[in-house]
Amino acid sequence: MSEPILRVKDVHKSFDETGVLHGVSLDIREGEVVVIVGPSGCGKSTLLRCINGLETIDRGEIFLRGEKISGRTKDLHLVRQKIGMVFQSYDLFPHMKVMDNLLLGPVRALGRPREEAEKEAMEMLARVGLREKADVYPRTLSGGQKQRVALVRAMMMHPEILLLDEITAALDPEMVSEVLNVVIDLARGGMTMAIVTHEMRFAEAVADEVLFLEDGVVVEQGPPEKFFHAPETERAQQFLKSFTYSFKKSEVQPKNNPED
Amino acid sequence: MDWSFIGVHVPDYIGGAWVTLRFGLYGVACSMVLGLLCCLAQYFRVPVLRRIVGAYIEVARNTPLLVQLFFLYQGLPRVGIRFSAQACAVIGLTFLGGAYMAEAFRSGLEAVDRSQTEAGQCIGLTAAQNIRFVILPQALATAVPALFANIIFLIKETSMFSVLAMMDLMNVADTLRTSGGRTIEVLFMLVAAYLVLLLPVSLIATLAERRLRYAGFGDRHPV
Repeated sequence: MSEPILRVKDVHKSFDETGVLHGVSLDIREGEVVVIVGPSGCGKSTLLRCINGLETIDRGEIFLRGEKISGRTKDLHLVRQKIGMVFQSYDLFPHMKVMDNLLLGPVRALGRPREEAEKEAMEMLARVGLREKADVYPRTLSGGQKQRVALVRAMMMHPEILLLDEITAALDPEMVSEVLNVVIDLARGGMTMAIVTHEMRFAEAVADEVLFLEDGVVVEQGPPEKFFHAPETERAQQFLKSFTYSFKKSEVQPKNNPED
Repeated sequence: MDWSFIGVHVPDYIGGAWVTLRFGLYGVACSMVLGLLCCLAQYFRVPVLRRIVGAYIEVARNTPLLVQLFFLYQGLPRVGIRFSAQACAVIGLTFLGGAYMAEAFRSGLEAVDRSQTEAGQCIGLTAAQNIRFVILPQALATAVPALFANIIFLIKETSMFSVLAMMDLMNVADTLRTSGGRTIEVLFMLVAAYLVLLLPVSLIATLAERRLRYAGFGDRHPV
């Protein structure tokens, strides 16, 4: 089997004595999409942030194409140029037009010629349906449009791997699919990704592998068909159950309501 | 009001205004550079340096410019350090202004969300590129009102330069008043001269503020 693009080995991380990750390991191979799910506060986002060095890890190792990237303090920007990341809050640069948001990384960090990068940016914008938005400020875009721009901004760096941290969590429901469709498209194109999400149907559609994280440990790991339809652990079963709402109004017992 | 007296002495005031403006602007420019450096030292929590900067800001903001100028012009020569009056003027104003400018820049930097820094890091920018292209432009837009307030404050403070025997506006007026005794005309011209110098700065400040209000990038380009 081929060498994984990303190898996370026994990573521990705590904030002020509070343990968040307790020995998480994970391999991601080229073209593979790993979806990380789990209850709030289970360490999913922290795991992604540790991968590209936004957080330093306490123990363990992280490798990108066999090269150790954890524990570095120098040239961290060179590592991050190969790891794209998109956040829940878009974080576009508000003082730059969409096109300048897209060009900043390729032109300044990678030193690519502006014209060439601009041509590619236009093509990518067209692919996500935002060709006519190149010349506007982010403020004038909807949430879904901002997030598509943020995805393009990350892709403009031609990353080896893309980390997506709950990128639809702040969106109005009708905008979720326009963003997720872009991600599915990237997955089809062979992009290697680690995705944290609460959209279970999307997770099932896009994942090659699902990682269920709870209290900072990997509780269950496997292909999506198995995880979503026949989870092995009770904790995973409980977690998945919390996403379905099967009561009728009359079946719900009101609590502490003296009038009833 | 003796208009002929005023007419005769307008050139004196123009000379004084030139001294005020020139050394005021030198001081403002140096203050901005010093203030930005101090602010960055604190923003990046540079060890030792940030403590020194913190102490400097407190000293500079809590002592009068008059005292600082006396210290430079009368005090330092006693220990063998001698500056010209002009140098003392610029150093003194920079010492005072640097602290105020640092605080203005800080207010701007603190208004930029931390997630902007992370977004810059995530596209592989170096720390210096991140500051230059992502953080500072946004911080400056927020800091503009405070920066302009400081510029006006510092140019007004140049009236202290008269203790350095520099012929700035204040000293020109004071010399005329004590020699001729036409206090009303002399002071009227003094007020008028400061207004002529500073009203345009206030106007520019208002325009810049309106343009950058709340750093509302893109407000002028509604979809």
